[in-house]
Amino acid sequence: MSIRGRAFIVGAYEHPGRRLPDRSTPQIFRDVATGALADAGLSLGDIDAVFCDSNIGGLSSLSISEYLGVRSRYMDSTDIGGSSYLSHIGHASAAIAAGKCHVALVMLAGKSGSQVPAPELPESSFESTYGPTVVSEYALVASRHRYEFGTTSEQLAEIKVAASLHAQYNPHALLPKPVSVEEVISSPVIADPLHRLDCCVVTDGGGAVVVVSPEIARSLPRRSVKVLGHGEAVRHSVNTGSDLTFSPAVWSGPAAFAEARLSPADVDYASIYDSFTITVLVTLEDLGFCPKGTGGSFVSGGTLVAPFGALPFNTDGGGLCSNHPAFRGGMTKVIEAVRQLRGEAQPAVQVPGCQIALAHGSGGSIATRMGAATLLLGVEDA
Amino acid sequence: MSTLPSLSPPMTPETSPFWRAAAAGSLALPRCNECERLIWYPREFCPHCGADQVTWTTLTGRGHIYSYTVIRRAPHPAFAGSVPYALAVVELEEGARMMTNVVSDDLDDLAIGMALTAVYDRVSDECGIVRFRPTREG
Repeated sequence: MSIRGRAFIVGAYEHPGRRLPDRSTPQIFRDVATGALADAGLSLGDIDAVFCDSNIGGLSSLSISEYLGVRSRYMDSTDIGGSSYLSHIGHASAAIAAGKCHVALVMLAGKSGSQVPAPELPESSFESTYGPTVVSEYALVASRHRYEFGTTSEQLAEIKVAASLHAQYNPHALLPKPVSVEEVISSPVIADPLHRLDCCVVTDGGGAVVVVSPEIARSLPRRSVKVLGHGEAVRHSVNTGSDLTFSPAVWSGPAAFAEARLSPADVDYASIYDSFTITVLVTLEDLGFCPKGTGGSFVSGGTLVAPFGALPFNTDGGGLCSNHPAFRGGMTKVIEAVRQLRGEAQPAVQVPGCQIALAHGSGGSIATRMGAATLLLGVEDA
Repeated sequence: MSTLPSLSPPMTPETSPFWRAAAAGSLALPRCNECERLIWYPREFCPHCGADQVTWTTLTGRGHIYSYTVIRRAPHPAFAGSVPYALAVVELEEGARMMTNVVSDDLDDLAIGMALTAVYDRVSDECGIVRFRPTREG
């Protein structure tokens, strides 16, 4: 059974806030739920399924169902880091296709300081002992990629430059100023070879989408977005032998393309998880937009710049410039893809005639264990 | 010995032979009795083939840099006095790759492929930390 065409995104909302000292995480959950439902033309009483990560702790989907007052008959608090929300949309679509629920609310809400260490995870002692940082784990991948394929800091910087060109049109972007390759590579090195401007921003915030059955989508006034395909995967030391040159997109991408019956050449717009510039480069290769090892030349020369680059990406400015709520960028990837397919991106970066969009999330750490989820989305009649 | 902090990591009965071997100055990992692959990180079973029986094996402690980075911002106050320091994935002579530190007086001289030898920072009778140094020639 395929989910292709059996679920639609009918509402999407991104929290405009980047620093929310006066809003608790539950309040941010309500902000984004209310926003996405209003966008869809639905109300809280219509929801029968709740999807959220476990970042808030405890039994999150139970607590958030109660807090919002939702009588959930389907719940999922799968937590695969920043890719959780793309995974949730895939799971929600399957549940809707199976008749388990009809109106699913998928949410991200959180603060930048809410990461907690988990000393009982089996790998903890074998990593934390050596003082790794998040940046350094991505730097290990950038370092190996440079060694094997000659990828340069200038090429990685092109990714940040493209994101910053887009961010200038986003009134909510944390970093709206365009930057040059020179500015990126002259910013301080955090962990060789990654500079400060190779890193995403850290913000509060969140977002939500509403996923419904085709019948309900037809009854609603707004333009809806068709779910065409979904894939998810994990890479870890056992299934890769700690080969640091690829990400789990190498599995989640082909699964999503197969379900959607599409190929990379069909994609008009791509939202690519951008925790760091190297994350984008490796993901583009793994999704099949260019052969392994050629990401550096692929991203050079304006390929990623909207609206006329060969593959416009992250037209909201992405995690590199706009926001990265609670260290999790997956939800905003979906929301910008929805905007593009509805023709509601900022006019300067709207991809003309955008019919097919890809949204990709990753979570965890690229050098150790990383989750990935890929969605292919289309216009209403795709 | 290195100047990096050697904090006693959480240890479990499943993994204590690794830490105890390091306290005694050696690198040990379980090897699967069935498929004979080395198991990183240590487990009481084989995650490659699912076999129940593994045998702790003493390794040479030699390897090379598979990838590395020099961390210039400390993640934790305990490491603040140690920056800059090198985090690496080291490929052991026997094949497994492990995250660790490479300790060197000249971090600018590190390179992927560089030959390494294990060094052991003793925390207690029950725990040592395995790190690596560039192998001295001659």
